[in-house]
Amino acid sequence: MIKFSEEKLTKVQEIIARYPQGKQKSALIPVLHLAQEENGWLSAETMDYVASLLQLEPIEVYEVATFYSMYNLKPVGKFLFEVCQTGPCMINGSDDIVDYIKQRLGIGVGETTADGLFTLKTVECLGACGYAPMMQLGKHYREHLTKEKVDQIIEDCRKNAGQLN
Amino acid sequence: MGIKLLLEKADVEGIRSYDVYRREGGYRSVEKAFKTMSPDAVTEEVKKSGLRGRGGAGFPAGMKWSFLAKPEGIPRHLVCNADESEPGTFKDRYLMEFIPHLLIEGLIVSSFALGSNATYIYIRGEYAWIVDILEQAIGEAKANGWLGKNILGTGFDCEIYVQRGAGAYICGEETALIESLEGKRGNPRIKPPFPAIKGVWDRPTVVNNVETLAAVVPIINMGGEEYAKIGVGKSTGTKLISACGNINKPGVYEIDMTISVEEFIYSDEYCGGIAKGKRLKACIPGGSSVPILPANLLLKTAKGETRYMNYESLSDGGFATGSMMGSGGFIVLDEDQCVVKNTFTLARFYRHESCGQCSPCREGTGWMEKILKSIETGKGKMSDIDLLWDIQRKIEGNTICPLGDAAAWPVAAAIRHFRDEFEWHVNNPQECLTRNYGLAHYADPIHVPVS
Repeated sequence: MIKFSEEKLTKVQEIIARYPQGKQKSALIPVLHLAQEENGWLSAETMDYVASLLQLEPIEVYEVATFYSMYNLKPVGKFLFEVCQTGPCMINGSDDIVDYIKQRLGIGVGETTADGLFTLKTVECLGACGYAPMMQLGKHYREHLTKEKVDQIIEDCRKNAGQLN
Repeated sequence: MGIKLLLEKADVEGIRSYDVYRREGGYRSVEKAFKTMSPDAVTEEVKKSGLRGRGGAGFPAGMKWSFLAKPEGIPRHLVCNADESEPGTFKDRYLMEFIPHLLIEGLIVSSFALGSNATYIYIRGEYAWIVDILEQAIGEAKANGWLGKNILGTGFDCEIYVQRGAGAYICGEETALIESLEGKRGNPRIKPPFPAIKGVWDRPTVVNNVETLAAVVPIINMGGEEYAKIGVGKSTGTKLISACGNINKPGVYEIDMTISVEEFIYSDEYCGGIAKGKRLKACIPGGSSVPILPANLLLKTAKGETRYMNYESLSDGGFATGSMMGSGGFIVLDEDQCVVKNTFTLARFYRHESCGQCSPCREGTGWMEKILKSIETGKGKMSDIDLLWDIQRKIEGNTICPLGDAAAWPVAAAIRHFRDEFEWHVNNPQECLTRNYGLAHYADPIHVPVS
């Protein structure tokens, strides 16, 4: 059963205080981000917990969680590679980058490596068109991607996970 | 060098911090507005400036402000639209990331003008690190007395909050943004009522783009009339252009709207020419929704006149031979690019981003994606081209919000100007898998880059 830390519960109260009295539903999207930080995805149980925090019906949470593309509704790897494939990135070779990552990790788009470390997703325009090709990794963007850079990123992730090749 | 009003100081070392920003003349517009002007006088200056919304629609900002209802006893809100998601557009990100206090300063003056005591920045969820930058800037502004209670002794209170979205292009549409800010799915509302009457939590609301609100700072500092002298016609002031695609210098450029498209592409001050010495094939000059133009219609209008980087000139010729300024997302395609494939990725984007509320958009975007994919992969029929045309025509104008139009226009323009390339794909199903169509008649007429 998921339960936020005291620190996180304080943060939830801070967020609710940004809106007028009785409009705590406005906190839903930010609080779902906080919830997703816990395990990298939102289970039904997690969504129910968020509903109880904000005094909402669970369905109000489900309908939002299923609408927005950043919420993961099934488990993802420790490192989520979200590679942009829209026009400006495609022009600059995003297809090759996706193919290379597939080959390096031995997975397809939407799949997770057997060790649970990596998930590959393709996404639509992330607003980095001038620095293409690119991907989002956690909170940050990795831009001007090349095969060498992808190798480096994968290596760094493995190091961070304490699992050197 | 052109005039710079927004990014003039963006390269100053440490400009992200309050102390440097203030030392460089920051927050003067707040002092001027709060100490010497009434809220209505601020709105009046914005009207005089001729500032047009920088998010894409180009609606006069001062006029939008003047529509705001002010019923007694009901709070009203300013919401900053930082949900920058139009493919090709990354200018607001640049402004927020490198000179965040400019936006905060603009928000304070604008909140004062509109009477917003609680102002929200709705930022796309993927710009997660920029949330920290903005919250830091807000904290510094508050610590220095520019936000909070009784600002500069005027009795005006204001707080600014950053609200993160969670991945939905549609939330850049102002009523969808409002729904999202209320904690709901981003389904656009039927207008009227307009947000100015009934917006977030049913309160009167103004939603403006990041760049629009940042531009309020120079407008107040220099006065609306002086601002209006920059640029040409109804394209006043400066505009941020995010340039990408096959150019030597992708990036964000501030232009005054008197330069030609040719100068923008070929001058070293801006894009620096087409990358790898290739030739220009086509360009989407204002973000993915606006019509793509072949090189020969991009640099000159159908009448043979020079085309300029401003609202009027880019739309000269209407959709038949012109395009739009849009959000300023300038996407350049060189001779090696395939217009069919590019259009396919954009159709996929709009299918992915359709909120699903209106059938023409929900179903039509899916059909367009499928048909474009089959043409691109050599499985298309000649009748598919007419079918595509028919679908886009039935989406346009038949949906609650402009996403339907935004999805239809790129497909329409691609067929209008590049029909022979679509037909070539159908006639050469094997060859189109191994090579692109190339330049044909849209050859770049410019052989010597301008200096």
